[in-house]
Amino acid sequence: METISTNTEAIVSENGIQFPSKVMLDLHNLKKVYPTPKGDYVVLEDLNLQIMKEEFITIIGHSGCGKTTMLSMIAGLNPISGGNIAVLGNPVKGPGPDRGVIFQSPSLMPWMTALENVLLGVNQVFPHASKKERKEIAKYYLHKVGLDGSFDKKAIALSQGMQQRVGIARAFAIKPKVLLLDEPFGMLDSLTRGELQDILIEIWNKEKITAVMITHDVDEAIFLADRVVMMTSGPKAKIGDILNIDFERPRTRKSVLEHNDYYEYRKHLIDFLEH
Amino acid sequence: MKQSITLSKVTQLMGFGFLKPITVLFSGKPQKEDFINFLKKIVVPLLSIVLFIGLWQAGASALYNKEANYKIEKALADQGQLAADEMKACIASGEISCQPNTLPSPAQVWASFKTLIEDHKIISADKLAFKEKTAAMNEKRIAAGKDPITYTGRPSFVDQIVTSLKTVFAGFLLALLIAVPIGIVIGLSETLRSSFNWLIQIFKPVSPVVWLLLVFMIVKTLTKDSNSDSAFIISFISVGLCAMWATLVNTAMGVSSVDKDYINVAKVLKLGPMQKVFKVILPSSLPLIFTGLRITLSVAWMVLIAIELLAQSPGLGSFVWEEFQNGAIDSNSKIIVAMFIIGIIGFLLDRIMLTIQNMVSFNKNEGV
Repeated sequence: METISTNTEAIVSENGIQFPSKVMLDLHNLKKVYPTPKGDYVVLEDLNLQIMKEEFITIIGHSGCGKTTMLSMIAGLNPISGGNIAVLGNPVKGPGPDRGVIFQSPSLMPWMTALENVLLGVNQVFPHASKKERKEIAKYYLHKVGLDGSFDKKAIALSQGMQQRVGIARAFAIKPKVLLLDEPFGMLDSLTRGELQDILIEIWNKEKITAVMITHDVDEAIFLADRVVMMTSGPKAKIGDILNIDFERPRTRKSVLEHNDYYEYRKHLIDFLEH
Repeated sequence: MKQSITLSKVTQLMGFGFLKPITVLFSGKPQKEDFINFLKKIVVPLLSIVLFIGLWQAGASALYNKEANYKIEKALADQGQLAADEMKACIASGEISCQPNTLPSPAQVWASFKTLIEDHKIISADKLAFKEKTAAMNEKRIAAGKDPITYTGRPSFVDQIVTSLKTVFAGFLLALLIAVPIGIVIGLSETLRSSFNWLIQIFKPVSPVVWLLLVFMIVKTLTKDSNSDSAFIISFISVGLCAMWATLVNTAMGVSSVDKDYINVAKVLKLGPMQKVFKVILPSSLPLIFTGLRITLSVAWMVLIAIELLAQSPGLGSFVWEEFQNGAIDSNSKIIVAMFIIGIIGFLLDRIMLTIQNMVSFNKNEGV
């Protein structure tokens, strides 16, 4: 199994520049334009953001400000209009398994079982592993998200929350360098949402991959993130403010809620959003 | 997750959900609601059948009387009172030669049905005897490199049904083999879809008769110097070409309208084109493909009768046509028997397709 290098060894990017920094994801002067009959609509402009290795970033902002556009550009599913995005110094040219995505809807193949859904990605990323090894990997992650008894259940037979668990397992199982999450818990009830946040953060603590997550939920943003990125409202959205969350890890929900700074952070974010 | 397949589940899957009240009634303790259900789903439909047969009987006897009166009046006008009285007596006596020829009554149709079954028994016994008689001789002929002697007698009604089923399945298979691959290719490419759309839109509404003539033109030339059964070839190809359009359009639509989320997942996982087609696109369009195939099969069965009739190919179509030309006293009731058989077989074929469709479509069945 491939492991993510955690040291700061120099990485040579495609253009030959030494890339010694801890930057995993570099968004530089990013721009997105949608042509409309009434002229171009600029969604994002001059968006600059550097995301470090092993960092958990949450992004909040008003609906329609371009958060999802930005995330799908990082994923390579949406073409870039200007500026560039680099993963470890290499410009993003299209989608790839180095950037795992958890979509808002679980997007499982409904005709496959939970295990087959996870295997779909694992088979692709570890083509040289034996069939048994690949199955082990898939089962390990399904176990991690708490789906021990449901390996062979058809995805359609699972509840929304369980489907999204499979989605999480599928994303982690391909060992991405960056995990992109587009409001993955937006469609769930608050109880399930809390459970899934715990599962997500538990696996993340173990795997330590860089994560970028869009959310509408201020509490979720604080609980999960190292930094909360606030985006201004569109058009021409950019990064408005960044808030460092200095809670220790691993965190528990209780300790976070009881922390003295918690309401300070919360006020900061809500002030930004209501402004 | 293996689930025990219960009787009610099977009937449900086959679309025979209306049989459920019976199974409920005969298993365990029936509740009051079960009786109401039984009334609603079994008794009322049975009453509708009784009503249908009653109306048919009334209509048939009204037509019979009209035809009989006409015959008597004609005899009176042409040959006088004596002939009219003779005709009246003749009709009343049930003499075959002077029976009015009109819509047969349910009882007559039922009698014809029994006659056809008897006829089939006689013919198959005849066939069997012929086979036994010629078995030894045929062996010798085959050993000597000659063609064996085959039974060339009249086919029975059941033989005609079997021939028709063979033709419809050959046609259906042809439609499947042409329409599904082309549908997939067209569905995958926007360009191909818009380039071939005109062709599909023009050929889709063409009548079965015209297809038959077109196929006839081509097959006639191609089979000039072979002695294969060209009537069968012509009819099954025509059936296939008539019926394939629903599958073609549905497959193309299913393939082109795969959920964008699934495509995104395939992109993120960087699935190769083959894997993308076989693991994502095809499974997700299977329900629509099967809807198309179901329509194709019912269209194939419907046009088959007309095509057999025109192509002089043996089967139910030619049975109906021959009986109509025949004009014997029970021809009309034999035609009605054929009508019911055609309807019932069509219904059963549709149920079989529905069952398969329910089995493959992921959004209807859960864990079967």
